[in-house]
Amino acid sequence: MFDLTFYLLIFLSVYVQVFFFVTFLENRRKIVTRIANIKLKHYPAVTIAVPIFNEEKTVAQTINSILKLNYPKDKLKLILVDDGSTDKSFDVISRFARYPNIKILQKANGGKHTALNLALEHTDTEFFGGIDADSFAHPESLVRMLEYFERGPEIMAVAPSVTVHEPKNFIQHAQKTEYHMGIYFKKMLCFLDAINVTPGPMTIFRKKVFEDLGHYREGHNTEDMEIAYRMQKHGYRIENCNDAYVFTNTPSSVRKLFRQRLRWIYGFINNTIDYRDVLFRKKYGNFAFFTLPMGIISIISVCYLFFRIVYNFFDFLYLKITTWEAVGLHLSNNIKAPDLFFLNVNSYLLLVVFIYTLILFAIIFGRKMAKERRYLSLRMLYFFPVFGIVAPFWLLKAVYNTILTRKPDWR
Amino acid sequence: MIDWKKYLLVFVITISLFLTAGYISSFFSNQKIDELRTIQDNLAINILSSETQFSLLQELSCKDVSQSLLLGEIDELGKKLEWSQSNLGNTEEVSYLKKYYSLLEIKDYLLMKKISSSCGVKSAFILYFYTTKDVCSDCSKESLVLGSLRDTYPDLRVYSFDYSTDLSAVEAMLKIYKIKDTELPALVLKDEVLTGFHNLEDLSSRVKEVFNLEERSTEATGSPKDVNSN
Repeated sequence: MFDLTFYLLIFLSVYVQVFFFVTFLENRRKIVTRIANIKLKHYPAVTIAVPIFNEEKTVAQTINSILKLNYPKDKLKLILVDDGSTDKSFDVISRFARYPNIKILQKANGGKHTALNLALEHTDTEFFGGIDADSFAHPESLVRMLEYFERGPEIMAVAPSVTVHEPKNFIQHAQKTEYHMGIYFKKMLCFLDAINVTPGPMTIFRKKVFEDLGHYREGHNTEDMEIAYRMQKHGYRIENCNDAYVFTNTPSSVRKLFRQRLRWIYGFINNTIDYRDVLFRKKYGNFAFFTLPMGIISIISVCYLFFRIVYNFFDFLYLKITTWEAVGLHLSNNIKAPDLFFLNVNSYLLLVVFIYTLILFAIIFGRKMAKERRYLSLRMLYFFPVFGIVAPFWLLKAVYNTILTRKPDWR
Repeated sequence: MIDWKKYLLVFVITISLFLTAGYISSFFSNQKIDELRTIQDNLAINILSSETQFSLLQELSCKDVSQSLLLGEIDELGKKLEWSQSNLGNTEEVSYLKKYYSLLEIKDYLLMKKISSSCGVKSAFILYFYTTKDVCSDCSKESLVLGSLRDTYPDLRVYSFDYSTDLSAVEAMLKIYKIKDTELPALVLKDEVLTGFHNLEDLSSRVKEVFNLEERSTEATGSPKDVNSN
């Protein structure tokens, strides 16, 4: 039973990675990273909302990055919504009042989705997007994203490539690698028409999405996931513009990272529960047959693997204690060269190596897509210990919180 | 909308990967078993040769019979067999090799016994019976103790036998010493049977007393051997 579950989970994990890789092979020529400035046939009006809650340190830079976007100024509107900040965020944003295309709103704190909804009420443009007040847009990002909308009226939202802004420490470098991997996987999900998050750092929507499907919902503190689920359920297409870069500030400590990921995983589990009627329904496509099951499989696999590792660890500890009990601190002076005979080449080890090879490929290709100067870096390796060790804890906590229907704090 | 062919293709690829991984893994397992067989065959030839040599020379030339014969090889093989049993799965091949191994141990034991009585050489044998069939944490501990004991007394020869080995020669040994599976681990020190776990101190003093052995000097260069762990 123990082995059967293990092999089943390995089978499913290999399946997921092969599925991604086959998708890559099918579509690799479609992955274009543009360098030159591009021109649109026409420049539609766009409103970008910045929901702000206690972001006095970064919000000015966020707003400046929007003002510096390569987009006609008369077509770009900004709505800054102070969601009841208790720091000096409002003073900071008030300095931007002199810009004719910036509107400043202030409201009592009600959560990010309420701030975005207030901005939506003041939006009269064809396109709407939100940007987190700790994220910064690349000057070409908006125009590149809007070029995707020119490809067809059925495209209802375009998600960018989110990457880490100036990583400073070990934890942030580990996240940078994870975001690179995310860039690759997001593009693959896009080819499958199965994206499940329209990232908060900056996604552009046709305003029609909100007119047809309603405004943002709380979505278990992951409103950017809930809206994507709702769009997928109604067959609204989400594209990914891989060369539209948005740089986001990331948690700088394990504790902060834990809280952020706890919120994300809790959001995934609970939005999936809310939208469970979508699962394995043919009409919802790969979103129902691949994205959601994949997420569920990863959660189960990581939790299972974690318990297995803990079990093995205690088993090892027990052996050491037994040895100690039997012969004390027996230090053998018999040091032999390692015998290759004792290297256990069993099939699951080979399959795990295979999975990691494909993950490494995803990271390296993601780096290429993110226009990193070097495709390889030793810092890539930071990802494995940080996420390997800490991820099971936030996954288990999210499962635990779901069971208790206890909600994690926003941050 | 859904490309079912792709789902199927990925399924076929995944199955192929599983089969390939299984094939590679069994390839390495077979290689290990071949390695075991080679060691065992060499050992068999050596034992047979010593036996023949001894029979030929009879008691005429005790000095020609090598003393610390094959002990290292027997131990290494034992370790590798135990590892194979727990890691490669208890395949027919491994249990067959294990039977062969037990037989070689018995032959070596008898030969050494004969040599020591004929040539008047000091001998120190411990027969150790354990089981892998049932959970026996005392057996694991006893193996460690014996391993440590062997480090201390390089002249001590420990022959270990798995109670669950389905071999008439092993069964005969069990009968001779009246070993019961409920009393494992069991040790035989010069016809005295000790059952249950015996700690290092206890066993060490008994070994000293029974065999009158010398402890390894700190400058000793000979490689100490561990007893087979189970």
